[in-house]
Amino acid sequence: MIELKNVYKIYSDGDSEIRALDGVSLFVDKGEFTSIVGSSGSGKSTCMNIIGCLDIPTSGEYYLHGNDVSKMNEKELAYIRNKELGFVFQQYNLIPKLNLLENVELPLIYRRINPSKRKEMAKIALERVGLGDRLSKFPSQLSGGQQQRVSIARALAGEPPVILADEPTGALDSKTGRDVLALLKKLNDEGTTIVLITHDNSIAAQTKRIVRIHDGKIISDEFNIPAKEEEGAV
Amino acid sequence: MSIKQSLILALKSLMGSKMRSFLTMLGIIIGVAAVIIIVSTINGMTKTILDEFDSMGATNIIVSVRGRGSSRSVDIDDMQSLVDDNPTLLKGMTPSITVAGAVVKSGSENLDTTSVTGANESYAEINNKKAEYGRDLQYMDCNARLTNCVVGTYVAKEFFGTSENALGNELKINGKTFTIVGVLEEKADSAQSSADDIVIIPYTVAQKLAYTFTIGSYTFCALSKEVADKAQTLIEKYLYDVFSNTNAYTVTNMSSLIETMDDMTAKMSLMGAAVAGISLLVGGIGIMNIMLVSVTERTREIGIRKSLGAAPWDIMSQFVVEAITTSSIGGILGIILGIIGSYAARFVEGLNPVVSISAIIISFTVSALIGVAFGYFPAKKAAALNPIDALRYD
Repeated sequence: MIELKNVYKIYSDGDSEIRALDGVSLFVDKGEFTSIVGSSGSGKSTCMNIIGCLDIPTSGEYYLHGNDVSKMNEKELAYIRNKELGFVFQQYNLIPKLNLLENVELPLIYRRINPSKRKEMAKIALERVGLGDRLSKFPSQLSGGQQQRVSIARALAGEPPVILADEPTGALDSKTGRDVLALLKKLNDEGTTIVLITHDNSIAAQTKRIVRIHDGKIISDEFNIPAKEEEGAV
Repeated sequence: MSIKQSLILALKSLMGSKMRSFLTMLGIIIGVAAVIIIVSTINGMTKTILDEFDSMGATNIIVSVRGRGSSRSVDIDDMQSLVDDNPTLLKGMTPSITVAGAVVKSGSENLDTTSVTGANESYAEINNKKAEYGRDLQYMDCNARLTNCVVGTYVAKEFFGTSENALGNELKINGKTFTIVGVLEEKADSAQSSADDIVIIPYTVAQKLAYTFTIGSYTFCALSKEVADKAQTLIEKYLYDVFSNTNAYTVTNMSSLIETMDDMTAKMSLMGAAVAGISLLVGGIGIMNIMLVSVTERTREIGIRKSLGAAPWDIMSQFVVEAITTSSIGGILGIILGIIGSYAARFVEGLNPVVSISAIIISFTVSALIGVAFGYFPAKKAAALNPIDALRYD
């Protein structure tokens, strides 16, 4: 599914160079729920950008669903992002002037799905996150947790094989954070591969596999039995 | 993303900040309106001038003969036979003798601005100056050297109050008494020194009054506008055969004069439009400026869209379509304003704007193109944004 082979990302700043990723190799199989854990500056964001096809490695290879991403141009990257990936951001990143349905429709618009079909798909996605009754609300009318659920709906609307979540609970209080996490778990149970980037060990502890990254290198990679969540799903 | 989708997005974005959108469009609105008003006004002026020329006889060919010594000359009979021999080209001919410095007098009243012209019976038709009351000059008047005259409405009103009253009355030209047999139609509000301030007398009598026996000026009338050039060539050829020197005569074709006039006003029109076009350009720069601001403001949105799979082209078309929409709406508003302005200009004395369809089409096209041209750069900038930086942008 996701395969990084000896990936380097090097930023040169005049004479000095910063190795944001320093030879990372990682394989994530279909159906996994993996967290990439690291402190700020550890390289986890760079790692996420590369996995998310927002950036390409300086050297090394990256295969996503069999596609060699490391040599793609802007247009091809856009296509891959649209088809293979769904993003969930810490700051939700919904477009304020669009209502929920329109926000969730966005990736489908770029996939050039016809309007009636994509409305249908967006509606189903919103129903899956429990917001099927607020299609015409605007993001500002929702709570943080609800907004994050909208962004999850947007990520899964196009049914991409991988959802990439960057600190999805970082802006939420612990209860809504747990709800969002539970929702992600549910999606994983339904077959979506999820990669979650976090600095928070307690969040990571609830995923099936924990990859720790430090100074651009993977320092540990272990499978985990998720801690039982007492408050349950959505 | 389809163009339709981009259009919907663009309209939403414009509606989102109405004041800003309007101000952005203002440059285009004013530019387009200015182009239309200027072109329409010049069009109207051209039409007025051309109508005037037309009323003077678009088919007229004016011949002035200076002569060359005394051995070679043309007289009125030569000229008349030219008409008679070429019925497919020429319709008629009149001599035209100006009695210089003529003083027209009735009782104790003097008129010294009045132009006194000697002509024959064809004058009325050729110059489109027909008697409204009484009759035109006739062959008899010229042949028998009768002291009859036809007067313009200014002369009639000055001396006798109304056109009707003038009929049958007498007036004196340079001391010689004439009977008014006809009064012309009003042409120019009966103003002094206008086309209504004239007296027409038989050319035979005018020759005596002006102490001239060679006639220097003739007006021919071509059968139609189409043959006017041919007729001119014919007359020139005839005169060259007589004088063997092109300096001895001048032949002026009114319709070619009108063409020259047309040409000139078209150039004027173009120049006016070009000047107004500058404001279109300024409007375009205004759009570019706002689009650049808009790209910056929406950096994060662009980042989000890119992360969701928008290709550079998708982003680019979104902004270009927005710029085109802005400039086109501005163009449409400008057209409306321009048409209103053109009609309003009718209230200005002497202006009769004729709204030019081509000016409307061209200025609208230009304004839409301005959207493309000035939207392209900001759109390209937006499309080139790095999604990672764009997503982090606050």
